[in-house]
Amino acid sequence: MKPTNETVITFISRSANEGFARTAAACFAAQLDPTLDEVNDIKTAVSEAVTNCIVHAYPNTLGKVSIKLRLFSDNAMEIIIRDWGVGISDVEKAREPLFTTGDAARSGMGFTIMESFMDTLKVRSIPGKGTTITMRKRVSRRMSGVA
Amino acid sequence: MAVTSAGINRELRLSVTGEVDHHAAAEIMTEVERQVEEHLPRKLALDFGGVTFMDSSGIAVVLRCYRRLGELGGELTVRNTPDQAMKVLRAAGLERMIRFE
Repeated sequence: MKPTNETVITFISRSANEGFARTAAACFAAQLDPTLDEVNDIKTAVSEAVTNCIVHAYPNTLGKVSIKLRLFSDNAMEIIIRDWGVGISDVEKAREPLFTTGDAARSGMGFTIMESFMDTLKVRSIPGKGTTITMRKRVSRRMSGVA
Repeated sequence: MAVTSAGINRELRLSVTGEVDHHAAAEIMTEVERQVEEHLPRKLALDFGGVTFMDSSGIAVVLRCYRRLGELGGELTVRNTPDQAMKVLRAAGLERMIRFE
């Protein structure tokens, strides 16, 4: 299925860009006329994925993060978040709830939240090369203008 | 983001406002810990009424408070949590461990 609209945003892995990424995704999703809850789910999932890039992909340095946002005619949004950082050696372990390689400030719930707030989540990673997160959410078709 | 406190008789209320994400969490955590260590409360109420967004960084903040209050033999309550933040905290099962008002 080809997307009806698409954008790519690239930024540096600074934590100040977490809010920007959330808002950009919410803004693009507005074209699907989502409910507030659906927008919040998308913002939260994007926040988790982008935070992972910033916290884990580039330890002690800065690198590139890209978010590709795609909209489809079945009212679905696809979000592809990509980094070219250290990668994940054990994706299955990483996706376990509460598992984290981070410090006490990390809860290890990032992937769990992405999984529960979005319809689908795919994680592909090559250690030393980078990680790609693909998430999809179908937004309810609201009957605007119908009494 | 701001953390403001009010406390009497070792009951401390901390109001957190703004976005609770990774970018803001370090500062929030530092301030919350500072307040808890200063007051050593028997009861801590985290008021999230002014929170505009929260991701799993908020889970870490709540868990830290829960564990510290446990060490102090005290009780943690979380209040006025907006829907978006509540969904995140619920995903971590915190409703089963902590009182939400």
